[in-house]
Amino acid sequence: MQKVNRLKPFFENLVFEREDNHMIVNFGPQHPSSHGQLRLILELDGEIVTKATPDIGYLHRGMEKMAENMIYNEFLPTTDRMDYIAATSNNYGFALAVEKLIGLEVPRRAKVIRMLLLELNRITSHLFWLACHALDVGAMTIFLYAFREREYALDLIEDYCGARLTHSSVRIGGVPLDLPAGWLDRLNKFINHLPIDIADYEGLLDQNRIWKMRLENVGRVTPEQAQSWGLSGPMLRGSGIAWDIRKEEPYELYDEVEFDVPVSTTCDSYGRYKLHMEEMRQSIRILKQLMPMYAGTSPEIMAHAPQYISAPKEQVMTQNYSLMQHFVLVTQGMRPPVGEVYVATESPKGELGFYINSQGDPYPYRLKLRAPSFFHTGFFQEMLVGEYLADVVAIIGNSNIVFGEIDR
Amino acid sequence: MMRQYKEKENVQKKPYFSDRFWVAPQVPKFDVQSDAVFAQDLAILKEKFEIQEAYIQRDQMVVYINATDNVDVLTTLRDELAYNFLSEHSAIDWLAKRGEFEIFYQMLSTSKRKRLRIKCFIKEKETLKSVTGVYKSADWAEREMYDMFGVIISGHHYMKRILMPDDWYDHPLRKTYPLHGDEAAQWYEIDKIFGKEYRDIIGPEERDAARIDVDDTYRFSHIHHEVPFGAPVSQEKTATDYQEEGGVFIVKKLKKEDVKFLKERP
Repeated sequence: MQKVNRLKPFFENLVFEREDNHMIVNFGPQHPSSHGQLRLILELDGEIVTKATPDIGYLHRGMEKMAENMIYNEFLPTTDRMDYIAATSNNYGFALAVEKLIGLEVPRRAKVIRMLLLELNRITSHLFWLACHALDVGAMTIFLYAFREREYALDLIEDYCGARLTHSSVRIGGVPLDLPAGWLDRLNKFINHLPIDIADYEGLLDQNRIWKMRLENVGRVTPEQAQSWGLSGPMLRGSGIAWDIRKEEPYELYDEVEFDVPVSTTCDSYGRYKLHMEEMRQSIRILKQLMPMYAGTSPEIMAHAPQYISAPKEQVMTQNYSLMQHFVLVTQGMRPPVGEVYVATESPKGELGFYINSQGDPYPYRLKLRAPSFFHTGFFQEMLVGEYLADVVAIIGNSNIVFGEIDR
Repeated sequence: MMRQYKEKENVQKKPYFSDRFWVAPQVPKFDVQSDAVFAQDLAILKEKFEIQEAYIQRDQMVVYINATDNVDVLTTLRDELAYNFLSEHSAIDWLAKRGEFEIFYQMLSTSKRKRLRIKCFIKEKETLKSVTGVYKSADWAEREMYDMFGVIISGHHYMKRILMPDDWYDHPLRKTYPLHGDEAAQWYEIDKIFGKEYRDIIGPEERDAARIDVDDTYRFSHIHHEVPFGAPVSQEKTATDYQEEGGVFIVKKLKKEDVKFLKERP
């Protein structure tokens, strides 16, 4: 039997309403430029967005719930899956929060290695951001170049911990491994060449007419908005507020290295692009200072706290008591003191916070992950209003959101 | 098919062993007067509001207020005390122990470089005033809190679930909610995709990825008792020949005198 209305066109993504120019467009969740699983319900007046309703939750894995049912060390690899573009920054944020809860001091060599990894992660994250953002806007060449350099950085991370994406390369109490032989030389080679590459990208983009037209005066963020919406990282600094947690509340050895906090006062997407490029240069600067610092450290890489941290492997294999403690820590887990802590670190995306409420059990009573992208996505409700539909993709790409940490 | 209800009081993971005599240490709490900036902030707050408790823990001040004061306290913090960011806002479930939620507002002042935490308690069915008028970052944080805990917020412009589907049953971060979902969760996708009438045919969704079913030969096999894909489990022994024709030679019994050490990889 023939179906009625068989030839009626079906627009999967559009809902037309017959009055004036008003139209509702559903964007995502399966859209190549939605940077994950972002669904936006956009109300348009002609081409201008009059209302934006972001809809999230398509990647929700319940990490906070999982954390309540895992011992602390068990949860650490899960944090990789938050901001998977820069996994070490999540591992580190969690490890630092637990260390602060316990009150642990990490050996200096571990601090240097952590900072090396964190800054390398910042570079990979920013390169990835640049590549995908440029691709969204239409500049394919940059995508290929930036991904090439990102590969070199990932190779370095792979050399260190064996993983390219989900590193888990930081442990509570230090780092699991020392740097392999020749690693610093390879790093040196990489960071000596990177400024030339960054200059290349800027040569392609800075004065590029299309790039400037797509980015300048698009996605404006005023300082008032940035404060009210709780923005952080490049989104905050892109609105003219100089606030970098590495500088203002230094953790690890960030108070011993020299670096500048780039700020953009133009408050638009182009300013944030310049800011990301400058941040990569500052990361290189930090890495250059860290390399000589590594040489002067003693070889301990894990904190000595038998109640919380397993002894080094050699000791576990030879000392009876260390083996017993290791067994208890692996099977039952450490029991941090009763109390709570909120620790914020500067991840490549912004302020990554871990709130832990411990009741003295091996499982956290409550763990809240404060993901910067979550708040940046919430801000789309206000940020996208008044922008052109064509610029929505540019703004999403520019705000550097990643869905692993939004939905958690 | 009827849902089978299980007890929910004790669904969270518990340590399998705890020393009876072990007393958990405390993260030290310090007097607010030990920090001049916090002392001043607290003095101003004390003038206006009833403060139940205040201390400094791990460099951050924690202030307990009455839940009804939340909007006024946050307005004061923003306008008078220069706490310009609400970094995080969520709840802790204490329903089993004391029948209430603990709400926290994590604040940041970029000019003072200080972080403080405002806390308050509300009963399960009580309503909390929305602070979206003071900090817009509370918009999604409150929605998430409602979604995850069922804390009821008044005065929010769009109070709707944010991470879970709109028709989800119960609030997943409550301590009475099992890690792998409750009875409603295991039928949710089957009802959505196939319809309720298919419950008998498909069966409940298994949400525990680590679950092992010995009778399931689609996903598991029994070594030495292999059966074809999907066939019922059999106790009959199957001959297993490890040495494949032309495959890698497998040493079954090693003779030490025959061992040859190579200088490098061939």
